[in-house]
Amino acid sequence: MTGSGQTGLKAKHQRLVLVVIALVAIIGAGLLAAYALRNEVNYFYLPNQMAANPPEVGQAVRLGGMVQEGSLETLQDGITVAFVVTDQENAVVNVRYSGILPDLFVEGSGVVADGRLGADGVFVADELLAKHDENYVPRELQELEQHKAAETLAATESY
Amino acid sequence: MHGFANPKRFLSLARWLTPLLLVSGLVVTGAALIWGLYFVPPDRLMGETVRILFIHVPAAWLGMGGWTAIAISSLVFLVWKHPLASLAARAAAVPGMVFTAICLVTGSIWGRPTWGTWWVWDGRLTSMLVLLFLYFGYIALSQAVSREGGSSKIPAIFGLVGAINIPIINRSVVWWNSLHQPPSITMGKSAIDATFMIPLMIAVVGFSLIFGGIVLARMRTLLAEVQAEARLRRKALG
Repeated sequence: MTGSGQTGLKAKHQRLVLVVIALVAIIGAGLLAAYALRNEVNYFYLPNQMAANPPEVGQAVRLGGMVQEGSLETLQDGITVAFVVTDQENAVVNVRYSGILPDLFVEGSGVVADGRLGADGVFVADELLAKHDENYVPRELQELEQHKAAETLAATESY
Repeated sequence: MHGFANPKRFLSLARWLTPLLLVSGLVVTGAALIWGLYFVPPDRLMGETVRILFIHVPAAWLGMGGWTAIAISSLVFLVWKHPLASLAARAAAVPGMVFTAICLVTGSIWGRPTWGTWWVWDGRLTSMLVLLFLYFGYIALSQAVSREGGSSKIPAIFGLVGAINIPIINRSVVWWNSLHQPPSITMGKSAIDATFMIPLMIAVVGFSLIFGGIVLARMRTLLAEVQAEARLRRKALG
């Protein structure tokens, strides 16, 4: 009786160890694959990645980053806009685009541009996608900085 | 743990817990959605589109939660051989698949006005689509096993292997540049204003209650099927 109980316990532990080893192997393989893919899976180049490792002129690539404050201007033909895409490391890429701008496309917001690098170093975009950031703020609070908004809320709530 | 693995005790518990979870889930979800759709102010950039958040985020979490439930139940089934664990995994698959589909559809509808496109093949969107296909595969496999006969271990192993996609979905926006925004809600802090956050969390609770109710209802159905089949087999033999 005790003997069969012991073997039952053993088989159970054996299965647990086997499943755990299999899981560790699978998770390890998955993480290695994800690590190996880290550059290939990027949906777009950041400006500093583009500066460090420029794509060939005319090759279709995507560029992503923030639209620099004060850089957005409409050129003389009235439909072409020029702006600067930047990242946190202060690398910049000049971009030109002709077409309809997405609603969320404003200075200081994220953007992903689909296009190619010209011979003059200006990135010519065929398509612009607005990239939303992780912040969700109601309109009444939009004039305030994120942390200021939180402070204001805390202050009004304490009254 | 062993106590709840007893089908009889499970049934007596599930009999009153199922309607309780479903009704309370519907009430809580309804309240959260009315709050979210009618009483929340528009977002500073997205405007009214922000309201999709209240369906999209709970659906995404429960889509991933469904597979996590499959993986844990599969582990319990493979190691401890609890027959109820196998049923729990099968029961979680269908609502998990439906919530994953809801997440993809609402995300696409949100993406059109916000990003300017219905779909892109970035890390987050692609890994979530893979999750939907994994659900299709899991449901087909577990149905084939229960109908044609075969070892219940096969879908359980598939459920465990497929779980590798869950951390990939979760980390996809951190590891890789993606069009989808990085996580707004992380441990201990949130980039979502409390105006949106409170109804969102209530919606998450409501959808989770509905999810739990559906899983219990499906487990009771599957258990009844198994018992009816066993009874028929006994009659045929007897």
